[in-house]
Amino acid sequence: MILDWLRGRERGSAHTAKERLQFVLVHDRAGISATTLEALKDELIAAISRHVEIDREGVTVSLTKERRRQRLVADIPLAQRTSRKKR
Amino acid sequence: MGAKVVTVTSGKGGVGKTTTAANIAAALAAAGNRVVCIDADIGLRNLDLVMGLENRIVYDLVDVVEGRCKLRQAMIKDKRLPNLFLIPAAQTRDKTAVSPEDMIRVTAQLRKDNDWILIDSPAGIERGFRNALAPADIVLIVTNPEVSAVRDADRIIGLVEAAEKDPPKLVLNRVKPEMVRRGEMLTSEDVLDVLAIELIGVVPEDERVLMSSNQGSPIALDGRSRAGRAFQAIARRLMGEQVPIDEFAAEDGFLRRISRMVRAGGQPA
Repeated sequence: MILDWLRGRERGSAHTAKERLQFVLVHDRAGISATTLEALKDELIAAISRHVEIDREGVTVSLTKERRRQRLVADIPLAQRTSRKKR
Repeated sequence: MGAKVVTVTSGKGGVGKTTTAANIAAALAAAGNRVVCIDADIGLRNLDLVMGLENRIVYDLVDVVEGRCKLRQAMIKDKRLPNLFLIPAAQTRDKTAVSPEDMIRVTAQLRKDNDWILIDSPAGIERGFRNALAPADIVLIVTNPEVSAVRDADRIIGLVEAAEKDPPKLVLNRVKPEMVRRGEMLTSEDVLDVLAIELIGVVPEDERVLMSSNQGSPIALDGRSRAGRAFQAIARRLMGEQVPIDEFAAEDGFLRRISRMVRAGGQPA
């Protein structure tokens, strides 16, 4: 019963409110909209691809925060070579 | 240096800035401090009404700034607390009638003979807010556990930081413990997680707050009110006392009444 109560609390609208706030504030603080971030990602992929072969589908560009410090994080996986896969 | 200047602001309107400023001021004054409140909301004055001093206004902040009266003449003495004063806003002018430099000058004069100066900031992030922020030693941000109020509070925190003030402290106002328990209202932990600033008080929703502003008598002077006790606690924290924050302690729910009865030896408290 207590478990049900805890789960119910987890699903409450407060949980959604917090998630939505965290998302919107990261963008507010950096002054970077989701569209700008998407454009940035495309340009990064184009620029890096000229030098290294990367896994384009796996690229993520996101904003994170630690306390009130903002960070732009790009995760760019390199393309896997077939010869390496065998190992 | 004398008085500390505390600016009460929020970004969003209607979250309880004026009530918070009036009540912290009253609680500080009731504790023996000499306190001056300044209504910085030029054109939309309200602190006079909440404090019950609307019929005593002769001069206002703009009269002081423009040299039509002495500072002393614009200070209205409170009805109940002889060491509490209000400098009202002008009602017929706009925010540009006062500059941030004017506010620094006026508060510098007040610092000598007082312990605390509380500035009630207007909503928004424009001139009126900048006026209120300029002389602040301590900034209190009032918010409600509601997405738009929290978002606006975050914007204000950024502006306070950009003005190179100390990090502001948060007053979470109008908390409904019963909704929090159901998971339908942000908790103070949620709000602090999102805003990453220090909490100075949690004020529960309390209908006595409206009743007290109806009457123009600060709720902080009413020990029976949960919100009043929460404002008193904020004042004590400002004075440097260690008062634990417990948002549910402020609540006078069923369990609490039972536990008090048990402690009182079966006598209803």
